Amino acid sequence: MSNHIFTHLDALESESIHIMREVAAECKNPALLFSGGKDSIVMLRLAEKAFRPCKFPFPLVHIDTEHNFPEVIQTRDKLAADLGERLIVRSLEGSIAKGTIVIKNPDLPRNPYQSVTLLETIEEFGFDACMGGARRDEEKARAKERIFSFRDEFGQWDPKNQRPELWDIYNTRVHQGENIRVFPISNWTELDIWQYIGRENLHIPSIYYAHEREVIRRGDSVIPVSDLVQPKPGEKVEVLSVRFRTVGDVTCTAPVESTASNVDEIIAETATTRITERGATRMDDQTSDASMELRKKEGYF
Amino acid sequence: MSDTTQLLRFITAGSVDDGKSTLIGRLLHDSKSIFEDQFLAISKTSEKRGMAAVDLSLLTDGLQAEREQGITIDVAYRYFATPRRKFIIGDTPGHEQYTRNMVTAASTANLVVILVDARRGVLVQTRRHTYLASLVGIPHIVLAVNKMDMVDYAEARFNEICAEYLAFAAQLGLHDITCIPLSALVGDMLVDRGDKLNWYQGPTLMELLENVEIDHDVNTTDFRYPVQWVCRPQTDEHHDFRGFMGRIEAGEVSVGDEITVLPGGRTSKVKEIVTYDGNLQTAYAPQSITLRLTDEIDISRGDMFVKADYLPTVAKEFEAMLCWLSETPLDKNRKYLVKHTTRTAKCLFSSIDYRVDVNTLEQHVNPTVSMNDIVHASIKVQSPLVFDHYNRNRASGSFIVIDEATNNTVAAGMIS
Repeated sequence: MSNHIFTHLDALESESIHIMREVAAECKNPALLFSGGKDSIVMLRLAEKAFRPCKFPFPLVHIDTEHNFPEVIQTRDKLAADLGERLIVRSLEGSIAKGTIVIKNPDLPRNPYQSVTLLETIEEFGFDACMGGARRDEEKARAKERIFSFRDEFGQWDPKNQRPELWDIYNTRVHQGENIRVFPISNWTELDIWQYIGRENLHIPSIYYAHEREVIRRGDSVIPVSDLVQPKPGEKVEVLSVRFRTVGDVTCTAPVESTASNVDEIIAETATTRITERGATRMDDQTSDASMELRKKEGYF
Repeated sequence: MSDTTQLLRFITAGSVDDGKSTLIGRLLHDSKSIFEDQFLAISKTSEKRGMAAVDLSLLTDGLQAEREQGITIDVAYRYFATPRRKFIIGDTPGHEQYTRNMVTAASTANLVVILVDARRGVLVQTRRHTYLASLVGIPHIVLAVNKMDMVDYAEARFNEICAEYLAFAAQLGLHDITCIPLSALVGDMLVDRGDKLNWYQGPTLMELLENVEIDHDVNTTDFRYPVQWVCRPQTDEHHDFRGFMGRIEAGEVSVGDEITVLPGGRTSKVKEIVTYDGNLQTAYAPQSITLRLTDEIDISRGDMFVKADYLPTVAKEFEAMLCWLSETPLDKNRKYLVKHTTRTAKCLFSSIDYRVDVNTLEQHVNPTVSMNDIVHASIKVQSPLVFDHYNRNRASGSFIVIDEATNNTVAAGMIS
């Protein structure tokens, strides 16, 4: 390869494009799960690289907990509109109204219920493949999941019964009623994502950059004050310089203390950080050593 | 990391006793790729199990079922990076019944680290792992002679093991092999050299991983471009745009090059190499691109663009080595599906010639074919495939076999 340096980002990008095109070519009715978070914004850029000048051969789908950071929802809507692509939003409120989700404690995070609405949405539109922006470096259970992850008609993942995945020849076949989850950025790490955001100059919600925010300390975490999270008696509200490393349900996504206000500073911080992304920021994954594995078995992506 | 960081995929092979998980844990730990919360979690577990030191092997135990049983049951992928390279480790279990997992992880690897215990030397399983590495065509092999601390760091013992191993590997036609003496437990010769192995002048394991030449791990000469998807936007702006999307699996292509479309055989010229980031003059494997041609010919997914200077084979019959992956044995009376590049076709196994005993390399004729078996087979497909010998081109010489009844992937194949 004369004068051509194929970097790790080039290799990851080409792999992801190849995966998305396989989905488009072999699946009858795919969808791309898009939340407005940084990983799904990277997924959109990869989809542009895979399919332009054509339109995306799939809609964007957001399973909305309605426990949102407003900046993220604004970014979601603006990006979908700018790209001229179809965005389908299905809300947990819809499932609650139907009675398929019964909220036991309104103060608790809603992430566990997302599986219900996701499965209902898959059924409503008849999707046979849903692409998601999950990465194997996020968590132990994900480290063992295939890029094309087969699910039965209940959306369940069976870690002991996964299809072998060899070379880059993907088995996309499913029977009626079954579907697959596809993770085109499986092999990317948090650092790769930030390097790519920098290289591609991607616009991401402002809460990923350091900003002053009212927070409460609970255990080892700092929790953002919001309409849904108010200080309990005895808790003190502080103003700290923080940024979010992941963005999910507003009641369970904790920021990290940081002064990194641009991509380069975040890359420098990420390269030297000593805590995993989910360990630092997702209270729902800290409950037990196997939280994610259990959620995935129930149909979570 | 810089703008020139490359990606290297490697696997480790060896049994639990060889210290494989400890080696991975040590690489992650000494390259500062372990996070504090992960370290805290495994420290707690080590303590609970009554261990004196932190068991670094726990880092690669992923699933609840495994943690309960204390074994690794599947392929797990780990990631770490140094300023020179980003690494993907395919971590495979050492248990005999999981040959299929090693083949799976090996299929995408640039390099394999084969571990032996310096006290025990080259064992049956070392030969098995080496045979599988040669079968799947991993370009680079490292023999890591581990537990050197247990043999007083003896150079003579290391040389003896290397000589035996290299003689065996030469029989399999393997030549790119580096032997490294090390101690994963103590940390000698992984990231740091330590002070006990001064007689050894070669690279540490990390130096080797960072520097091994991988640009030629893909075939850089024979252009192979399987069409994945045809883009026809049919908008006002692009009303006559027809782009053939795919990834260059081997070789390179430039604007103006004459190409042949197989299996049909029509020829045309490359008009444009389109990417989101602008048109290119030349593109190389493994870039994902879009090609436009000067002529209107009927082309769809499954066709392959090649150049006339080295043509692949187009045929409905071929021979291959198969690794059977499914718990359900092969049934010669049934039809299966073959997925090869972007083509899928019905197939029949016209004969199963022999099975290779992966421990002795002996061939057994007229075998039945069960999980973890490696067999030589003759295969007929309903429509022609466009292929190369696996040893010449991994991408156009590999295929998977799918059982239509279950949709499971039941075998991996390498065309011979």
